[in-house]
Amino acid sequence: MTVTAAMFYLFAVLTVGSAVLVVTTRNVVYAAFSLMLTLCSVACLYVMLHADFLAATQVIIYVGGILVLVLFGVMMTSGKLDMKLRMERGRLIPGSLVGLILLALLIRIIYQSPWQVQDTNMLESTTKSTTQSIGESILGQYLLPFEIVSVILLVALIGAVLISRKEVKEIEES
Amino acid sequence: MELLSSLIFMLVIAAALLGFVMLLALILVLAERKVSAYMQDRVGPRRVGPFGSLQTIADAIKLLLKEDIISLQADRKLFILAPYLVFVSSFAVFAAIPFGRNLIASDINIGILYIMAISSVVVLGIIMAGWASNSKWALLGAMRSAAQMVSYEIPLALSILSVIMLVGSLRMQDIVGAQSGGLFSAQNRWILLDNPFTFLAFFIYFISALSEVNRTPFDLPEAESELVAGFHTEYSGMRFALFFLAEYANMFAVSAIAVTLFLGGWSGILPGYTFLNGVPGFVIKVSVLVFVIMWLRWTLPRLRVDQLMSVCWKYLIPIAFFNLIGVGVWILIFD
Repeated sequence: MTVTAAMFYLFAVLTVGSAVLVVTTRNVVYAAFSLMLTLCSVACLYVMLHADFLAATQVIIYVGGILVLVLFGVMMTSGKLDMKLRMERGRLIPGSLVGLILLALLIRIIYQSPWQVQDTNMLESTTKSTTQSIGESILGQYLLPFEIVSVILLVALIGAVLISRKEVKEIEES
Repeated sequence: MELLSSLIFMLVIAAALLGFVMLLALILVLAERKVSAYMQDRVGPRRVGPFGSLQTIADAIKLLLKEDIISLQADRKLFILAPYLVFVSSFAVFAAIPFGRNLIASDINIGILYIMAISSVVVLGIIMAGWASNSKWALLGAMRSAAQMVSYEIPLALSILSVIMLVGSLRMQDIVGAQSGGLFSAQNRWILLDNPFTFLAFFIYFISALSEVNRTPFDLPEAESELVAGFHTEYSGMRFALFFLAEYANMFAVSAIAVTLFLGGWSGILPGYTFLNGVPGFVIKVSVLVFVIMWLRWTLPRLRVDQLMSVCWKYLIPIAFFNLIGVGVWILIFD
């Protein structure tokens, strides 16, 4: 077994295993930290796909940003600091139905995509950069979608600030 | 066979770096104690070894032999995991720091981005430690730390971005190469002196980095007078030592990144002279910055938490944005 294959299996097992833990654990904080492992392993898989820029941004945005906010929310909101999750039986059937549909869709996409399989050494890949091509396509070919996404994110940001400020005012009045 | 040989190769490099970080922490802890002593008109440690030089080793042995206490109410798994997470993510930064022409563990093409990504994981370790301790001091410290590190990451990233714009590469050795001219030459000067905006960017970087490593005047997460010791209040023995080690490793790492980005990295101060070239020059420059960090710690008082946030959001971030545009305009006009 080559190094690349060994590492792929390691990260694949880590990704799937921690993702299962995220869903099955009853402790919200455990779920959040398992999610950290999932996101980091996915970043490692990106590295193995030679998508180094994507891997680093994955860690910066999801682990360093969103996950910290999730943990912050969990700690601020639950009074006992260890809110337990309970699954409601009634939602089992619709939930699994949606899951199965998504799985079918994903399998369909996986089998229909033309995968370019290339045998390259992982250690050599670090000399080529994807940053430049990503930058050029974002500010060239995909400029309009990029700008639209930016505006949408800005609107969401302002909206979030507006909502949180409103709540503070209500508390002050009462 | 291939698997085994590459694994051994990686382990040897990692072990060498780990040894370096350990030695570094030993020296820096002693330096911190000596610096603080002279600033307060004391003499500092002097009993153990000549001029107290073996004091940290004695302390490390003491910490190793101490009882490992895990409080009953703590979340055992996360409590044990947290110090490793903090230490590993601080340690992993060293893989992309260029110490010399060939002295870099991995010169990856997204070097600086990798450093930012890995160091953002430290926050999670701190939150984990604070939550798992199940103590109000630890939790409050962790909360403050997370809020602070997430906020100050923005001006930090913006100041680094201005350097990236100028150099046009994320690779650490390219950034060093762009400053090969040293201090005074017309071409390839230190990025600090390249234009007024990068001069400002260095200070934005340094202030934000101080906050990222939780040093005074931004050491609210471990404010002794109000939070006992912050997020590591409940830790003892070797687990505490890991946090301590990570703190000093971080201090060196941010200084080393500052030197690499703005002060020429390992390239010499004057072009053509081998004086202060390579590793010794790099170590000296980093040591000066580390000394400044220690100097600030023993000089400045701690900020209040609202002051901390207003410094970041009302001053540093707008200045950093203005600065970024300034660098862009400068590149457009003069380069």
